[in-house]
Amino acid sequence: MVALSQERLVTSADAPARRSPPPSFDRLFRLASLASALLVLIVLLGIIGSMIYGGMPAFREFGFGFITSTVWNVNEDQYGAWVAIVGTLTTALIALVIGVPLSLGIAIFLTQLCPPWLKRPVATTIELLAAVPSIIYGMWGLFVFAPLFANYVQIPVSNIVEGMPMIGTILYARTPSGVGILTAGIILAIMIIPFIASIARDILDQIPSVLRESAYGIGCTTWEVVRNVLLPQAGVSIIGAVMLGLGRALGETMAVTFVVGNANRLSGSLFDPGSTIASRIANEFNEAIGLQLNALMGLGCILFLVTFTVLVLARILVSRVKVG
Amino acid sequence: MSTIALNTSSAVGKAAAGNAEAPVRIAVRDLNFYYGDFRGLKDINLDFYDRQVTALIGPSGCGKSTLLRTFNRIYSLYPEQRADGEILLDGQNILSPSIDVNELRARVGMVFQKPTPFPMSIYDNIAFGIKLYERLPKSELDGRVEEALRKAALWDEAKDKLRQSGMSLSGGQQQRLCIARTIAQKPEVILLDEPTSALDPISTGKIEELIEQLRSEFTIVIVTHNMQQAARISQFTAFMYLGELVEFGPTTKMFMNPAKKQTQDYITGRFG
Amino acid sequence: MDTALQHQTSVGTTIAPAPWGRVRRSRHVADRALKIICTLFTVLGAFVLGWILLMLLVEGIGGLSPAVFTETTPGPGTQGGGIANAIVGSLIMTVLGIVVATPVGVLAGTYLAEYGKSSKLAEVIRFVNDILLAAPSILIGLFVYMLMVQPMGGYSGWAGGVALAIIAVPVIVRTTEDMLRLVPGSLREAGAALGAPMSTVIIKISWKAARAGMVTGVLLATARIAGETAPLLFTALNNNFWFNPNLMGGVANLPVMIYQFALSPYENWRELAWAGALIITMSILALSVVARLLLRKDKVR
Repeated sequence: MVALSQERLVTSADAPARRSPPPSFDRLFRLASLASALLVLIVLLGIIGSMIYGGMPAFREFGFGFITSTVWNVNEDQYGAWVAIVGTLTTALIALVIGVPLSLGIAIFLTQLCPPWLKRPVATTIELLAAVPSIIYGMWGLFVFAPLFANYVQIPVSNIVEGMPMIGTILYARTPSGVGILTAGIILAIMIIPFIASIARDILDQIPSVLRESAYGIGCTTWEVVRNVLLPQAGVSIIGAVMLGLGRALGETMAVTFVVGNANRLSGSLFDPGSTIASRIANEFNEAIGLQLNALMGLGCILFLVTFTVLVLARILVSRVKVG
Repeated sequence: MSTIALNTSSAVGKAAAGNAEAPVRIAVRDLNFYYGDFRGLKDINLDFYDRQVTALIGPSGCGKSTLLRTFNRIYSLYPEQRADGEILLDGQNILSPSIDVNELRARVGMVFQKPTPFPMSIYDNIAFGIKLYERLPKSELDGRVEEALRKAALWDEAKDKLRQSGMSLSGGQQQRLCIARTIAQKPEVILLDEPTSALDPISTGKIEELIEQLRSEFTIVIVTHNMQQAARISQFTAFMYLGELVEFGPTTKMFMNPAKKQTQDYITGRFG
Repeated sequence: MDTALQHQTSVGTTIAPAPWGRVRRSRHVADRALKIICTLFTVLGAFVLGWILLMLLVEGIGGLSPAVFTETTPGPGTQGGGIANAIVGSLIMTVLGIVVATPVGVLAGTYLAEYGKSSKLAEVIRFVNDILLAAPSILIGLFVYMLMVQPMGGYSGWAGGVALAIIAVPVIVRTTEDMLRLVPGSLREAGAALGAPMSTVIIKISWKAARAGMVTGVLLATARIAGETAPLLFTALNNNFWFNPNLMGGVANLPVMIYQFALSPYENWRELAWAGALIITMSILALSVVARLLLRKDKVR
């Protein structure tokens, strides 16, 4: 609402601005920009507030057990977040394990190895990966990737590891359908690559070229320059970039909803279907009433707290190096 | 132009024989350098004598840094830059593709305009470079680090904080750390690219003293925009202008009695 | 040349240079491995993008027909149909979102760059904006549900538009501020020296100088919200009819339509989902490319 009134303000302000504006316009303009800036703050507070307000009945009903319980039963009105929390953390972790090395590799290629003429096309391609809507990743994951993954990874791997201790549980697919926690993690990895890669590229680009030259100057190979000088120099801000990717992976909804399998139980196998906080909200919210709605809001609240913490850390880490 | 330069240089060679009967360490032959289509160096022919300090002077953009950067092929980090001609290090053409550039850079060390400590401890800053080329037991490595720091006149200031980050040193100390890092690899030649331009006068003085001491062991080439500095620390001076070598000779002769009017004008501050 | 040769021979006698070949093979191997791996990773990234586009083309082109753009989405079990209502609904909500977000984002970015600068408040808002920029979009959907859908008693295109606006604002704030900061201070001082009030200096000088960058920001924000699905799930919903002109009740839109149809058991629904996916992805990629070109042209100037 505030936004609409401000828009009117700007359009009406435009005409008098051509002539010498009255001094009051100057104040009004300043106020309007301050109000817009404050609106950003208010929106964030609103999100926090509405999550807490909406989730409160669920927290009150189940107490701390809301987080630790694995039961999510709509018929009996019993709700616990643990399965979704574990699913969220596992998929995000898989995404980092796969996505971070790939992203760093791409950033290193772009900054150290790529011939100049190729830089822009490659960078654009990687950035366009970020522009593809997440629902498209979901469709690709479900209709293209999952069948291949089932045939060429899940079935052979399950046959090999069957009966082995530990690994026979973690990598065994009871129903090799291609969807599941690992598939979701892989799709998430692809989705966070462009973010981490482009920030890491910017960070590596900011390192003064004289430092790079002096590392080559004592006879380092490219690998040694990157490993011993550039990455340590970029240090914490690379971790910040990774955290930013983690924030994305934790909250990603549509792509995960397509490929995670949306199962409601805890499983020891990465090949089995599971669910994440975001996918559960997306699946159930529209049909939810009463306590279920509050429980979903409570899930949203937890998701918010986790991503908020991660993003704050990311922001602190990324900004530190820009200053120093 | 090039023939004149060569003549001068051989003439100087005899003139210098009195104070420096030194063999040639680096011989530059018909060197041309290109930034894309731009020709940054034109037919350079020049000799650098063993265990002498040679200063490259000239107005900015004259190609003195470019010339320096060919001696360890650091320019090859940038694909649009290339050199042709010959640069003979102990008779071996280092521009040849068969040369291992990594090893070349350990033989021809370089210190840059700004201090560039690596993001590691003072000790590791030096040990890192040694370990690239030699596998030494810990005690021997410690000795080499100490030796390098002593030669760089940094040992007394740094011996109690070897484990601290190289960044914790002052600017002048950082630059001496970079010199220590370079000499720890036991190079044959040390290239200095305006090593004091980012430093205060006291630090500059210390570095100049250091260069004077290092001369007994290493062949040194220094680019400087400061003519007093060139006069103070070098035995030979090359004056460059617009990518060409104008004059080369013993520093005393260059500053007292230059053969070319252009050189005289530059040295007396009439241009550049 | 003669002298040089003489010198070389004398070099050989006075100093014995260390033999070449001190570089351990393992170092070159590690270096080669790094180069190959990094290149492979980059190729892999490009390959995935190519694969996704290929999938969209293969599956989507078959579904494209004039009916797609003229007919409404079919009900369950009915044949044929198009996605005209979803396309128009998406356009309306995206435009709504951008129209709301642009003035807020531009003014907030202007505040950060021109008024607040490094004040405490500006630092906080910049921080918050960065958080919002990366906040999960589904939470914004929940927020707008609580803010508008519940109080207004039902889903609406307005709620969808506001949810999209909340996602677009941080993008515009960020680019606006970045672009305004690139405007040299001397330009502003020149304006202020003429006695122009701050607002005039900002509008006539800063905004003008940063124009291309700011437009890029708006285009990127449009590309970002055009494909957003999660925040529309609980705000605009989706249905198979032409929506109310007052935008109350569910409003059909492409992303949610794709989500529902792609997972449906009906062959014609899935075909329409692919057609919609092709249309929306190509539009978004085209927008992103145009935005980038615009910025590049500006940088050259």
